[in-house]
Amino acid sequence: MKDRSIPLFLERRSYRQRRLMDAARLLPLLGVLLWLVPLLWPQGGSQSAPAQVDAVSTSSAILYIFGVWIVLALAALFLSLMLDGKAETQDGGSV
Amino acid sequence: MATLNILIAVCLAYVALLFGVAFMAERAALKGRGNWLRSPWIYTLSLSIYCTAWTFYGAVGYAARSGLEFVTIYLGPTLVMVGWWWALRKMVRIGRTQRITSVADLISSRYGKSGLLAVCVTLLAVIGITPYISLQLQSVTLSFSSFAVSDPEGASLIAGYDTALWVAVGLAMFTILFGTRNLDANERHHGVVMAIAVEAVVKLFALIAVGIFVVWGLAGGIGPMLERIDASDIGQWQMDGGRWVGLTFLSAAAFLTLPRMFQVLVVENEDERHLRTAAWAFPTYLMLMSLFVVPIAVIGLELMPAGSNPDQFVLTVPLSQGQEGLAMLSFLGGFSSATSMVIVAAIALSTMVSNHIVMPIFLRLTQGGASGPSDVRHVVILARRLSIGVVLGLGYLYYKISGGGSALAAIGLVSFAGLAQLLPAMMGGIFWRGATRNGAFAGLVIGFAIWAWCLLLPGFGGGMLSASVMAEGPWGLGWLRPHALFGIEGVDPLLHAVMWSLLLNVTVFIIVSLVSFPSPLERLQGAQFVNIFDHSDNPQSWSGGIAQSEDLMIMAQRILGPEEVQAFFQTEAARQGLAGYLPEPTPDFLARLERELSGAVGGATAHAMVAQIMGAATVSVEDLLAVADETAQMMEYSSQLEAKSNELTRTARQLRAANDKLTQLSVQKDAFLSQISHELRTPMTSIRAFSEILRDAEGLEPKDLTRYASIIHAEAIRLTRLLDDLLDLSVLENGQVNLNIRDGLLSEVISHAIAATGTDMHVLRVRRSGPASEIMLTTDHDRLAQVFINLIANAQKYCDADRPELTIDVSRRGGRVIVDFIDNGSGIPPQAQSMVFEKFYRVADRQAGGAGLGLAICREIMARLGGTLGYLPGQGGAAFRVSLPAAQRMAAR
Repeated sequence: MKDRSIPLFLERRSYRQRRLMDAARLLPLLGVLLWLVPLLWPQGGSQSAPAQVDAVSTSSAILYIFGVWIVLALAALFLSLMLDGKAETQDGGSV
Repeated sequence: MATLNILIAVCLAYVALLFGVAFMAERAALKGRGNWLRSPWIYTLSLSIYCTAWTFYGAVGYAARSGLEFVTIYLGPTLVMVGWWWALRKMVRIGRTQRITSVADLISSRYGKSGLLAVCVTLLAVIGITPYISLQLQSVTLSFSSFAVSDPEGASLIAGYDTALWVAVGLAMFTILFGTRNLDANERHHGVVMAIAVEAVVKLFALIAVGIFVVWGLAGGIGPMLERIDASDIGQWQMDGGRWVGLTFLSAAAFLTLPRMFQVLVVENEDERHLRTAAWAFPTYLMLMSLFVVPIAVIGLELMPAGSNPDQFVLTVPLSQGQEGLAMLSFLGGFSSATSMVIVAAIALSTMVSNHIVMPIFLRLTQGGASGPSDVRHVVILARRLSIGVVLGLGYLYYKISGGGSALAAIGLVSFAGLAQLLPAMMGGIFWRGATRNGAFAGLVIGFAIWAWCLLLPGFGGGMLSASVMAEGPWGLGWLRPHALFGIEGVDPLLHAVMWSLLLNVTVFIIVSLVSFPSPLERLQGAQFVNIFDHSDNPQSWSGGIAQSEDLMIMAQRILGPEEVQAFFQTEAARQGLAGYLPEPTPDFLARLERELSGAVGGATAHAMVAQIMGAATVSVEDLLAVADETAQMMEYSSQLEAKSNELTRTARQLRAANDKLTQLSVQKDAFLSQISHELRTPMTSIRAFSEILRDAEGLEPKDLTRYASIIHAEAIRLTRLLDDLLDLSVLENGQVNLNIRDGLLSEVISHAIAATGTDMHVLRVRRSGPASEIMLTTDHDRLAQVFINLIANAQKYCDADRPELTIDVSRRGGRVIVDFIDNGSGIPPQAQSMVFEKFYRVADRQAGGAGLGLAICREIMARLGGTLGYLPGQGGAAFRVSLPAAQRMAAR
C-alpha cells in the first residue's frame, strides 16, 4: 500500500512540502534536546559541583526555558503556515 | 462580610454569564449560524482545560516548594503539541473517521471493539479522575475560605455551608444541561466548548493580571523582579534530573490519555486543520500561563507570613495588598479553571460509563425486549445524566473522605500516572499493527495494579496501607514494598511507581502481543487505525440528528433522484410525526432507506454508504465480506461479458468471411451464367437462322438443304456436347461422381486414349517414352483415359507446328507417377497459362470445336483421382503434366 503512488522524484513544490513535514517531525525532538540541557547545569545545594562554579540562578534558568519555549512556538507557527493543507492528506505518514 | 457577599454575587453572575454563553452558542449552532464556533481559536482555547485549578493555584505552590520543577507539567504537553505531526494528527484522523467517542472507545475499537477493554479503561479512568475532580472541589472551597479569612463573620458563614457540595451540585446541573443536551456523543457540545473558551480567556487574563501586579506593582519591574527571584529560597537551579525528565514525560503522556483532553482534542474537534493553529497557539498559551508563576511564588514567599498555604498565593497576595478587585478576578480565574475541568471530565467520563458499562448491561437485561429505539435513546440520556451525577458524587465523596490533601500537585500527579497507563495500548494501537487485545489488556492490568499498589493506595486518604505494609511489604514480602519494589529503595515514590508500572506495562503489552493471535475484526481495525492516512481523507465535520438526515438526503438524492427521495423523506418524517423533509435518523428509517438505496447500488454498498454517514460502528466484518462478495460477483459477471463479447467478435469475423465468400460465389455464378448463356446462344443462333431458312425459303436446292440441315445437326451436336460437358463438370464439382476403380497398366490407358482420338501419324505424330508398361495403376481407367484423350485432342487442335508432334513421357518421381504431354507447337502464352484451366477459356479465337470446358473438366477429374493436372512451362511447346499418386498402385499389391 505504501508504494502505491509515491513517485521517485517529486516536483520542487512537493519536495519542499516533504522537507517541511520532516521539519515538523523533528521539531519536538529539538525541543526535547534543548530542554534536556538544564540537566547539565551545575546544581545548587550540596551537589557534587566544583566549588568554584556557581549554581545557575533561577532567573537565568527561567530566561533559558522560556526562551526555548518561545522559539518552539514560533517554529511551530512557521511550519503550520508553510505546510500545505493538502499535504496532510497526501502524506501517508510513512515516508 | 461585605467582601464575601460581593464575592458570592460576582460568582453567581459569572455562572449566569457562562450559562448564557453556552445557551447562545447552542442556539447559534442549532440555527446553523455557528461558523464562529468552529474557529481554530475556540479549539485552542478549549484545550486549555489542561490548565485546571491545579495549574492556577497549585503551580505557584509547587514553585514555592520546588522551584522550576512545576514547569515540567507544561513542557510535556508543549512537546506533544509541537510534535502534532507524529501522534495528534493521527489520533484526530482516527477519531473522526472511526467516530470515536472517548478514550475507552478508541482503545476498544482498535482492539476489535472489545467490551472488556472498554470497561477496563473506563474503570481506570473513573478511579484515576475521581481524586482529580475532588481536587478541583477542594481548590474552590479553599479559595472561598481564603476570602473568608479576611472576614471573621464570613468564616463562620462559610463553615455553616458546605461549599464543595454546592459547587458539585452546580457543576452537575450545568454539565447535565449542556453536556447531555444532544443525544449522540458524536455530536459536539458547542455550548460547553464555548463556555470553556470563555473560561480559558478569563483564567489566562486573571493569572497575567496578578503576574503584572506582582512584577510591576510590587517588585518594581523585570530587572528587580529577577534579582528578587535569585535572592529567594528558590533562587538557585536545583533539579532532580529523574524528576525533570520523568514529569515531562508523564505530563506528555497524560495530555494524550486524560479523558477530558481526549474529549476536547479529538471528539470535539471540528476540523483537522485546527490542529495546525493549536500546534503553536496552545504552547504559547501554556507558556503565558506559567510565565508569572515563579514571580508570584517568590513575592508570596516574601510577603506572606510563614506557614501560609503557598497554593493560595495567587489569591492571598493581592488580598494582602488590599487589591480586592484583582483578588476577585483571580478568584474567578481559579473558579473557571476548576469548573471547566470538572465539566469536561464529567462529560467524558459519563460518555464512557454510559456507553461501555450502563448500555451493555441495559441491552443485555432487555435482550430482545419490546423496547423501541426511542426507549434506548431515552436510556442513553438518562444513563449519561446519572453518570455525571455519580462522577461528581464520587469526587465529592473522595474530598470528604480524604479531608482535603495538603498539596494539590501531588494528587494531580497521581492521577496523571494512573491515566498514563493507557499510553502503551493507545500508541501501540495506532502505530503497531501487531498489537493485540490480549496484549493491551494484560499491559493495562499490570500497569494499573502497580500504580494502585505503589501510588494510589499509599496516598489515598493519607494512606490506606498500614505502616507495617509500607515498611516491610505485604505478608513480610520485602520485595513488594510499595515504595521499594524488587528491593530498589530510595527512589522518589512517584518516579518509582511511574517507572515500574510503565516498564512492566509496556513489556507485558509487547510480549503478550507478540505471542497471541488477533481475531479477524481486530486485525481489520488494526490495519485501519495504523494505516489511517491510506484509507481516509479529512472527513467533514461530524454532524448529528437533523444534519445527519440532511447528509443522508444529499447522498440518496445523488443515487435515487431528488423527487423520489424528497417524497420518501417526507413520508418518513410524517411517519415519525414530524413536519418537513428531515426525519430523525432512527434505525427503522435507516433500514428503509438502506433498502431503497440497495435497490440502486446493491445491499452491501448501501449499508456501507449509510454507515459512512451514520458512523462506522455499524460496519461489521460480515458487511465487508458481503461487499467483497458482491465485488467478486461483479468481476465474474464482467468476465462472462468479456468472454461473450469475444465470442461475438469471433462470430462476426466468421460471418464476414462467409459473406465475402458468398459475394464472391455470387459474382462467379453471374460470370458463369453469362458465359454459359453466351456459349448456348451461339449455336442456338445458327440453328434458328438455318431452320428459318429451311422453313421460309422456297425452292432450295437439295444440296443446300443437306448443307443447312448438316449445319443445324452439327450445331445441335455441339450444344449437346456442351450440355454434356456442363453436366459432367457439375457432377464432378459436386463430388457426386461414381468412380469405377480397377487395376490396369498405364500403357493400356495411353494406347486407348491415342486410339480414341483417332489420330494418325500424318496429323499428329505421337511419341511415347518411359516405363509406362511397367506401371500398374489402381484408378478409374475410363476417367483417366478421358483426361488423356482431352490432352491429345488439344494437341491435335492447337499445335501449330508444320509437323505436329506430341511426346507422351512417363516417369516415376517420389511416390508419384508423372505423365507429361509435350507438343512442338508455339505453346501457351505466359499470361494465359494460369487461365487455361478456367471454364470457358479458350486460348485463341481459332476455330475449335470445344466450349472451353475440357481442361476444367480434366482438372476436376484429376482432383477426384487424387492427382493433379498442371501446365509445364519451358518445354519448347505446350506441355501438360499429369501427376498421379503411386500409392494407389502400391496399395493394390
